[in-house]
Amino acid sequence: MIVVLALAVGGLYAAGAFLLLQRSLTRIILGIALLGHGANLLLLLAGGASGRAPIVDGSDQAVSDPLPQALALTAIVITFGLTAFLLALAYRSWLLRHDDEVEDDVEDRRIARLGRGKS
Amino acid sequence: MIGLLLLYGGVALLGPALSRRLGARVLFLCLVPHIATLAYLVSAWPRVAGGRSIAESHEWVPALSLGVDLRLDAFGLLMAGIISGIGVAVFFYARWYFAGRSDLGLFAGVITVFAGSMVGVVMADNLLLLYVFWELTSVTSYLLIGIDHQKGAARAAALKALLITGMGGLVMLGGFVLVGRAAGTFSLSGILATPPSGATTTVGIGLVLVGAFTKSAQVPFHSWLPGAMAAPTPVSAYLHSATMVKAGVYLIARLAPVFATVVWFWRPVVLAAGVATMLVGGYRALRETDLKLLLAYGTVSQLGLMVVLVGAGYPDLTFAGAALILAHSLFKAVLFMVVGIVDHAAHTRDLRRLHGLGRRMPLVFAVSVVAVASMVGLPAALGFLAKEAAYEALLHSGNPVVTAAVVVGSALTFAYGARFLWGAFADKPVRKEDDVALEVAAPSPAIVLPSVVLSILTLVLGVAPALGGKLVTSAATAVGRTTELPKLVLWHGFTPALGLSGLAIAVGVALFLRRGSVDRLQSRLALPAGLTTPYEHALSLLNRVADRSTGVMQNGSLPIYVGVILLTVVLLPTWRLATDGRLPSRIEFADSPVQALVALVVVAAAIGCARARRRFVAVLLLGAVGFAVAVLFIMQGAPDLALTQLLVETLALVIFVLVLRHLPEQFPRRSSRLATGLRLGVAGGVGVFVTAFAIIAAGSRTHPSAGDGLVERALPDGGGRNVVNVILTDFRAFDTVGEITVLTVAALGIIGLLLARADGGEGEEPGK
Repeated sequence: MIVVLALAVGGLYAAGAFLLLQRSLTRIILGIALLGHGANLLLLLAGGASGRAPIVDGSDQAVSDPLPQALALTAIVITFGLTAFLLALAYRSWLLRHDDEVEDDVEDRRIARLGRGKS
Repeated sequence: MIGLLLLYGGVALLGPALSRRLGARVLFLCLVPHIATLAYLVSAWPRVAGGRSIAESHEWVPALSLGVDLRLDAFGLLMAGIISGIGVAVFFYARWYFAGRSDLGLFAGVITVFAGSMVGVVMADNLLLLYVFWELTSVTSYLLIGIDHQKGAARAAALKALLITGMGGLVMLGGFVLVGRAAGTFSLSGILATPPSGATTTVGIGLVLVGAFTKSAQVPFHSWLPGAMAAPTPVSAYLHSATMVKAGVYLIARLAPVFATVVWFWRPVVLAAGVATMLVGGYRALRETDLKLLLAYGTVSQLGLMVVLVGAGYPDLTFAGAALILAHSLFKAVLFMVVGIVDHAAHTRDLRRLHGLGRRMPLVFAVSVVAVASMVGLPAALGFLAKEAAYEALLHSGNPVVTAAVVVGSALTFAYGARFLWGAFADKPVRKEDDVALEVAAPSPAIVLPSVVLSILTLVLGVAPALGGKLVTSAATAVGRTTELPKLVLWHGFTPALGLSGLAIAVGVALFLRRGSVDRLQSRLALPAGLTTPYEHALSLLNRVADRSTGVMQNGSLPIYVGVILLTVVLLPTWRLATDGRLPSRIEFADSPVQALVALVVVAAAIGCARARRRFVAVLLLGAVGFAVAVLFIMQGAPDLALTQLLVETLALVIFVLVLRHLPEQFPRRSSRLATGLRLGVAGGVGVFVTAFAIIAAGSRTHPSAGDGLVERALPDGGGRNVVNVILTDFRAFDTVGEITVLTVAALGIIGLLLARADGGEGEEPGK
C-alpha cells in the first residue's frame, strides 16, 4: 500500500467535492472532472502493488493487475463523455440566460413556502 | 378452482370493451362467472360436505413461498356461495338500477375483479396469496366507492376506506410473515394443523387481528364503512354488507378455533372489539335519519355480533356465527336494494321526509318486512334460527357479560329495524315543504325481482331449517374440526334462549315506541358537531409533517442537496470502517521519490483548481492534474491508461477552452465566509474519508484478484498479448459496447444542444 497515492486520491476527492458544492456551473463541471481523476486513481490503487505492464511476453516478472486498469480505462472515457456533455449544457445555458449560476429550484422553493404557510 | 378466478379476470377485461355497445346490459355478461361459480360449488358440495376439503396447487413464485394454493372446504363454499349468489342478485339489480347508462365499463370491470378477488380470499390456502386477494378487494372497493369521481365527498370517502383498510392490510401482511416464519410454512391449513406458539406468533396474530378488524369495520376502525355509503347502492349492497366486510369475520373464524387458546389475548381482545362494535353500531343506527346510513351502522353492529360469535373459537358459537353470516347476507342485501329503489322513486333517503310509501309499493314493503324480520330475529325467518342458535351457544359456553351485551345489541337491532320500516314506509305526518311522496314513481318489476327472490329464500330457509342446516353444520365442522354440533331448529320449546329472544324483542319494542325520548337522550349525549375525528386529526397531522419535512428536505438549493449526499457518504461508512476496518500488512510511504513528487503535484494542482478565481487558470490546473495522473498511471504499470488519459485530457482541455471563450473571465461573486467554511468542512471530510477508505480497502482483500486468471487466459482464449486490451475487446466486450453507447448518446445530446436555436428553439425559453 502506497500512502502518497492514497493521499493524492483523498486530495482529488476533497477538491472535487468542494467544487461540486459551488453554485457556478463551470466550477461544478471542474469538480466532476477532478472526482473522475480521483476515482480512476482509486480503482488502480485497489489493484494492489504496482508491477510490470500486463503484457504477455513470456517473462516471469510480476505484472500489475489488469482488471482495474480495464475498469479505469472505461471510466476515463465515460468521464470524458460526461464532461463534454455538461460543457455543452453550460454553453447552452449561457446562450439562453447569459448566466452561469445554478439557481435554486423554483418549484421546490414554492413547495417549501406552502409547507411553512400551512403550519 | 383457478379456472373460476381466471374467468372472473377474463370477464372483467371483456366487460369494459363491450360496455359501449351493451350499455347497462353489460352486467348480464358479468353474471357469467357468478353462475359458473355457483355451478362449480354445487358440483363440489358432495366432496366437501361433512368437513372434508378439495385442494389444488399451482406454482407462482416459489422463491417467496408464494404459490396459487387453493382449498375449498364447506366454510369456504358457504362464503363463495354468498359471494356468487348475492352477486347474481345484486348484478341483476344493478342492471336496472343503472338502466339507460352507457358508461358502466369501469364499474362492470372493477366489480367483477372485486368478486373474483373475494372468491380468491375465501379459497386461498396460502397466507401470502390470501393477502394479495385481500388487498385487491381493498383497491377495488376504493375504486367503486369513488366511482362518482366528480363528487369530492365520494373521493374523500374512498380515500378514507382505502387508507384504513390498506393500513390494516399492511399490518396484517407483517403478521402473516411473522406467523409464517414461526410455523415454517405459509399454508393456512398447515398452520392450523400444527399451530406455532411463542412470542413471534403472539405478535403476528395480534397484527393479523388488526387487519381483520379494519376490514370488518370493528371499533375503533369502523368509521370508514358509513363513509363508504357514498358509493352507488349496488356497491353498498354487495361490497359493504354482503361480502367484503365479511372477509375479516372469515379470517377470524378460520383462526379462532386454534389461536383462541394459543394466544393469551385473543378472547379478551376479539370479544371486546366485537361487543363494542355491536353496541356502537346499534346505537348510531338509532340516530341516523338517512336510511342508507342507518343500514350502514346496522351492518357495523351485525359485524360486531358475527365477530363475537365466530371469534370465541367454540364450535357451537362458530356454528351460530356461520348461520348468522348466511342470514345477514340474505337480508342486508335486500334492505340495501330496497333503499336504492326508494331513493330512485322518491329522490330522497331521509326518513323525516318519506311517508306513505308502504301503500304505494306494497311488494317492496313486503320484502322489507321479511328482511327486517330476519334481521331482528322473528320466527319463520332465517335470522331467527341464527339468533336462537347464538343464544343457545352463549348460554352454554359464553361469558354472561357477553351474553347480556348480545341481548342489548339485539334489542337495539329490533329498534333500528322497526325504525327503518317506519321511516321508509309508514304513514306519518311530515312538514308540508318536505312532502315528497306524491311524486313517487312505481318501481319496475325487474328491479324488485332480486329482493323478492332473496326474501323467499330467507323464508324457506327459515321455515325448513334442514335445508340450510346441512350447509351451516358442514361449514362449522370444517372450521372447528369437530362433529359435535347443534342443529338449526325452528322450535326448541320454551327454553332460556327463547326467553332471551323474547326479552330482546320486548326491550326493542319499548325502545321503538319511546323513540321520542330516545332521540332526545341521543341528541343530548351526542358530541358537538364539527369535532374532528381521530381519523381527520391523524390525516391532517400527516399532511403537516409531510409539508414541513418536504420544505426542509427539498428546499431547492443544489449545494445543500449535494452536501447532504456527501455527508451521508462520509458519515455512514466511516462507522463501519472504524469498527471493522483492517490496515494492510505492508504500508510504504512511496515507491520512489519521483512518485511522491508527482502525487504532490496532483494534490497541489487540484487545490489550486478549486481555489482559482479565473476560469482559464482553473482549467489549466485541471489539465495539469490530468497529465500528472497520467504519469502516476505509467509508474503504476498501466501504459494503456496513461495513453488514453493523455489523449482524453488534451481533448477535454480543447473543449473547455472552446466553451469558456464565451463565458466571463472571472467566476461570479464569492459566497459568504460561513458558506465557504461549511463547504471546506464537507470537502475535507470527504478527502479524509476517501484516503482512509483507500488504505483500509487495500487491507481488506480476502480473495486473489480475478485479474490473475485473465492474464493466463489472455493469449489462449483472447488471442492477444495486451491483457487490458483483451479484457476490453473480448472478455468484457459488452461493457465496451455499453461504453460506446454512452458516448454516442452524449454526442447526440451535445449536437442537439449546439444546434438548437439561440433564442430557445421553437419551445418556450426556460427561465422566463
